[in-house]
Amino acid sequence: MIQLLLAVVAVLVVASVVQIVRILELTSELKGGNTNAVTDKDNRNQGLLMFLFMLGMMGSFIWMWAAWGDLLLPGASSIHGEQIDNLMAITMGIIIIVFFITQPLLFYFAYKYRGKKTGQASYVSHNNKLELIWTAIPAIVLTVLIVYGLRTWSDIVNKDTSDAQVVEFYARQFDWTARYTGADGMLGEANVRNIEGANIVGVDLQSEEGQDDVLGRSEIYLPVGQPMLFRFRSQDVLHSAYFPHFRVQMNCVPGMNTQFAFTPTKTTDQMRQETGNAEFDYILLCNKICGAAHYNMQMTIKVVSQEEYDRWMSEQTPLANS
Amino acid sequence: MAHDHAHHEETFISKYVFSMDHKMIAKQFLITGMLMGLIGLLMSVFFRLQLAWPGESFPILETFLGKWAPDGVMDPNIYLALVTIHGTIMVFFVLTAGLSGTFSNLLIPLQIGARDMASGFINMLSYWFFFASSIVMTVSLFVTSGPASAGWTIYPPLSALPQAIPGSGMGMTLWLVSMTLFIASSLLGALNYVVTVLNLRTKGMSMTRLPLTIWAFFVTAIIGILSFPVLLSAALLLLFDRSMGTSFYLSDIMIQGEVLTNNGGSPVLFQHLFWFLGHPEVYIVLLPALGITSEVISTNARKPIFGYRAMVGSILAIAFLSFIVWGHHMFITGMNPFLGSVFTFTTLLIAIPSAIKAFNYITTLWKGNIRFTPAMLFSIGLVSTFITGGLTGLILGDNALDINVHDTYFVVAHFHIVMGLSAIFGMFAGVYHWFPKLFGKMMNKQMGYWHFWLTFVSAYGVFFPMHFLGLAGVPRRYYSNTAFPMFDNLTDINVLVTMFAILSAVAQGIFMFNFIYSALRGKKAEQNPWKSNTLEWTTPVEHIHGNWPGDIPEVHRWAYDYSKPGMDEDFVPQTVPLQDGEEVH
Repeated sequence: MIQLLLAVVAVLVVASVVQIVRILELTSELKGGNTNAVTDKDNRNQGLLMFLFMLGMMGSFIWMWAAWGDLLLPGASSIHGEQIDNLMAITMGIIIIVFFITQPLLFYFAYKYRGKKTGQASYVSHNNKLELIWTAIPAIVLTVLIVYGLRTWSDIVNKDTSDAQVVEFYARQFDWTARYTGADGMLGEANVRNIEGANIVGVDLQSEEGQDDVLGRSEIYLPVGQPMLFRFRSQDVLHSAYFPHFRVQMNCVPGMNTQFAFTPTKTTDQMRQETGNAEFDYILLCNKICGAAHYNMQMTIKVVSQEEYDRWMSEQTPLANS
Repeated sequence: MAHDHAHHEETFISKYVFSMDHKMIAKQFLITGMLMGLIGLLMSVFFRLQLAWPGESFPILETFLGKWAPDGVMDPNIYLALVTIHGTIMVFFVLTAGLSGTFSNLLIPLQIGARDMASGFINMLSYWFFFASSIVMTVSLFVTSGPASAGWTIYPPLSALPQAIPGSGMGMTLWLVSMTLFIASSLLGALNYVVTVLNLRTKGMSMTRLPLTIWAFFVTAIIGILSFPVLLSAALLLLFDRSMGTSFYLSDIMIQGEVLTNNGGSPVLFQHLFWFLGHPEVYIVLLPALGITSEVISTNARKPIFGYRAMVGSILAIAFLSFIVWGHHMFITGMNPFLGSVFTFTTLLIAIPSAIKAFNYITTLWKGNIRFTPAMLFSIGLVSTFITGGLTGLILGDNALDINVHDTYFVVAHFHIVMGLSAIFGMFAGVYHWFPKLFGKMMNKQMGYWHFWLTFVSAYGVFFPMHFLGLAGVPRRYYSNTAFPMFDNLTDINVLVTMFAILSAVAQGIFMFNFIYSALRGKKAEQNPWKSNTLEWTTPVEHIHGNWPGDIPEVHRWAYDYSKPGMDEDFVPQTVPLQDGEEVH
């Protein structure tokens, strides 16, 4: 009933607006002149609005940086992450400079050259020298960014992983399972066809390498300063292992092994002090749409000293014994 | 080829339904695109309600979503369906068919001096395939297992397995059917546009005298012809995996406790095929808007577009480069890292022609005599949002930086600002500017001003804060941010975004009202209300088949002789022959 009444009210409101608009148009026509012709007054108002918008836009962007700047992720907790953060700072700096030059220019011109009946535009149609300049300068700046960016990327993907500790992250709807190598330092072969009972990631328990593998569920430990090689698998659909604080992200693809190498540099305790948040924890999120609970697929990571890590590892049960 | 329609008996069906007249077909594309857009817009308001106030009960959700929002709280599955269909509708139905379909159809024959498209019949088919595609997509919203929900990018295995998400059942099948029809429509249209521009230009209309709108629509059509078939192939292979037990994309999967028999396939293959269309697609969306902006800005600044040749060159450069950057959507898919380097290089290159265009637009305003029609406001707004969105592309295109922002709200901010602001602004500018040509009436100027300013402010208000959410690590396609304490202090930003989104949606009501009111009861337009140079304004206000009552006019100059020294008026239509002693541009 209420909905019917609301619908009737809506129709009446629209009908009234139609009549009001009609009246406004007719009265304006009676006064003479074309309601829809753009007048000098319109140009002055709109030009002014353009300029004021520009001030408002610049002001609000500065306000947002000030208000929300410290809500962003804290500085990276990995070696390559610091390189990424530096590249980001420089790129952001360039972008912000270009932004604060081009936008005011656009809106200032819109205001300054607002039309007048008596006004006269200039016929100037091109300037090849100018085109050359504003092609060359972006090209140079972009070349610098490209070179810097590709070197950073190359450092990230060409790491020497001979001393790295391998940990596998196994993704499925809707949780993560970590797999450590155990004493032999090697992960056993695994496939979904081997999944059974406690062997939820499908390790081939016939192989020697697999028998001492250790599984971690909702909370796992990593040793600080130790080069890691994360490997990723998925059981069902695409997932993405996103460790925002480490600046690590890699898709988990069914039928394919992917990997990402990095070194964590700050312990969880250190981060709790630095951020002033006693509840801080490193987190693993899923970052590729994977189904209904995609928004709640997580694992807590604790980065600790080597001793604490060894102690934790000694308390874990190898797969063959579970 | 073109025959005299004057003696044709016209029925209601042949005039309004199965019309082969490009001007009527343009209107059909526009209306269908707008209606689909309203559906997509409503969906975005719904999921923004969930994001700002997660778990709160909203009776309106239950009214519209029924069983998918019990007690007014939406189900996570329908959340994913809403973002999926929202994206699909906006990118394809509104910004591809609605934008290209409308303005390529309206303007190509009129601005090049042709009686109609090369094939009116194929043109008519291209609309009706689009209509059929829209019907199927709309119907897919009502299936019991829900519409497609794997994101508008529909990556398998999620999109291949109904066991993984209910929307990947019948909903996904209908999505694929709809998109197949859509691709057919786009290809038919694009072929027509290319053939018409190449073959049916009037005497004197050389390629270098073409308005930039035509260059944009022409190049866009070529991009479409080369890229849409690849999406079709991706969709066909997906169909086979779904229904015929093939393993193009699937391998080593256990789902719902069952190990599937598929072996040897790769989900990454789908991504390559999808993005081979997907990236050019965003330029299919953007280039027509840029072309429209060139036209609207120069006409309303009463100045030639600055750097015509550079503008044409940059359209061509963007088109070429758009085919070799697709991998920037895939940096962390696990593909060979070397590919990542290649794609970063090509992606940052595409910033150069984009920058050139922005600088040329700004310089067109310089020393102009600017007339602020609503279309002009939207065009200037487009330049602003194009700069903003384009600049963040430099971060996303850099593979090292993309690692931490991929699939976060940083990406959502970027593509909405370039598409949901720039491209749609181009579409609005086109509607306001060519409304007199489409409907023979003028749109209300005051309502246009209100529409622009409310939209401009609120749309920036929706998407600019999202950069911060992305840099704080918030992933996209998350039903709620309440599962992670690290996002607790971001709730205020989400609420602010939703409020601006609601304001923006309401502002579109002003536009819809203006559109319908003006089409039905608007003041009759004069023949050349904007005092513009291009050929479409030399046709009568009332539409006739064949466009010009007598001979097609001849062209003697380029389209941008505004405020030319020594001429009587501040505009010189393309049909005016060169005067004695007049310098050619």
